[in-house]
Amino acid sequence: MGPQHPSTHGVLQVVLELDGERVVKAIPQMGYLHRGIEKLAESRTYTQFIPYTDRLDYVSSMGNNLGYCQTIEKLMAISVPERAEYLRVIMTELNRIASHLIFMSSVAIDLGATTGMMFGFRDRERILDLFDMACGARLTYSYIRFGGVREDVPAEFIEATRQFLADFPAMLTEHHTLLSGNEILHHRLKGSGIISGQRAVETGLTGPTLRASGVDYDIRKIEPYGIYDRFSFCVPLGTVGDNWDRYMVRMEEMQQSADIIAQALDQLPPGPVMTKIPKVLKPLPGDVYHRIENPRGELGYYVVSDGSTKPYRIHVRRPSFINLQALNEICQGSLIADVVAILATLDPLMGEVDC
Amino acid sequence: MSKQMISSELFLRLQAQFSPGVTIIGEHFQQALLVESEELIELLTVLKTDPNYQFNLLSNLTAVDYVEYFEVVYHLYSLPLKQSATIKTRCTNDHASVPSVTAIWPSADFQEREVYDLLGIRFTGHPNLLRILMPDDFPEHPLRKAYQFTPDGEKG
Repeated sequence: MGPQHPSTHGVLQVVLELDGERVVKAIPQMGYLHRGIEKLAESRTYTQFIPYTDRLDYVSSMGNNLGYCQTIEKLMAISVPERAEYLRVIMTELNRIASHLIFMSSVAIDLGATTGMMFGFRDRERILDLFDMACGARLTYSYIRFGGVREDVPAEFIEATRQFLADFPAMLTEHHTLLSGNEILHHRLKGSGIISGQRAVETGLTGPTLRASGVDYDIRKIEPYGIYDRFSFCVPLGTVGDNWDRYMVRMEEMQQSADIIAQALDQLPPGPVMTKIPKVLKPLPGDVYHRIENPRGELGYYVVSDGSTKPYRIHVRRPSFINLQALNEICQGSLIADVVAILATLDPLMGEVDC
Repeated sequence: MSKQMISSELFLRLQAQFSPGVTIIGEHFQQALLVESEELIELLTVLKTDPNYQFNLLSNLTAVDYVEYFEVVYHLYSLPLKQSATIKTRCTNDHASVPSVTAIWPSADFQEREVYDLLGIRFTGHPNLLRILMPDDFPEHPLRKAYQFTPDGEKG
């Protein structure tokens, strides 16, 4: 199944071994989008690597930037001004909503509901317009930099974001009416693709996929990075660990992200948005691992410095790559049609899987 | 973040328990336990099952080519105790092989395959050690420092 297939979320091949229409094995074959990003990192300066992080999980670029920049900031003890911290939260949470809207749209179209996909993409356009206003890019931003953010947002950005937040509840209601209330979706998603919380942890699942199986693991809460400990939000959890729970957890997370953005806008202080740091960074020799909660799970960066201007090694702990390990187990005994639903709710992003 | 690193006291206890195969290296967030590959499985099993540690999530598994040797790095997290730890082990270029930890954490599966594919380190005991990102018949391990890609063509 794949790599050229409308429902494999990019260039993924799943080799299915079937008994009639029941799946015996579902082995993902990856690497069609492997671009050697970790090797490239070794011949770029630390700053030059930032645009590469955009292109990993390309629908969550703000988060990728944030993870990498915070890793280097941790290695070099670089502080970030208050205003920049708040802007980072606003951007990453807006990105989380945009990413989950893509998830929702993919679930809809994979199950045959084209209109559901279009509505999701239409609403996501509002967020892309906000990003365009802030940093000139719609998808790959390189906005979050070492020591802060690249530039302050224009005044109209704040107003436009507030307007988006005001319109967002109605958007979510519409999606819930069309999709969550839809009987076909219930039949397709409920009770299929179940994985228990314990198996999910053992298989290395993280993010909404893990939380759908009832495991309370959100890095923003357990190991808050940046200023996430200043915001009040809930972590939605599932109970059964089926496709439906994985869908609903992300729908709820969108609302939580909107709440976080509203709080950040209220608390946003004036001030600089970038610490003074050298143009070319030269960290002391050593290594560092830092992780953040990206929309697809735990995104980690392991950076080894040899004291020069270029990293000795960068490894990206990519949630989609590790989450795909569970595909075979979850698909056991499913129908082929369920494989499509399971892939949709596991929500892999091939740019991140293949690196 | 550094306050949730496993305490030096627990590290010292582990060092005493597994001496001389285990040494503490680095400080603060860079602190790690360096273990001989012969003791790796025993140490990691203790870290997963012992009530003082309970590292049930293998957060990250990767490796680095330091030219004279390879270093395999494990980042562990304990959901019940909310603590993290870094474990490292080394192997030489000639015998680039360490034991697989898939029996302890199934989540090591793809990550070990990626390290094997790109760096050429074999994980003994891995149920399915095949390339995962590069084409199946690719002759080299491209993330090794010795592998340099030039505009004229590959130079292994």
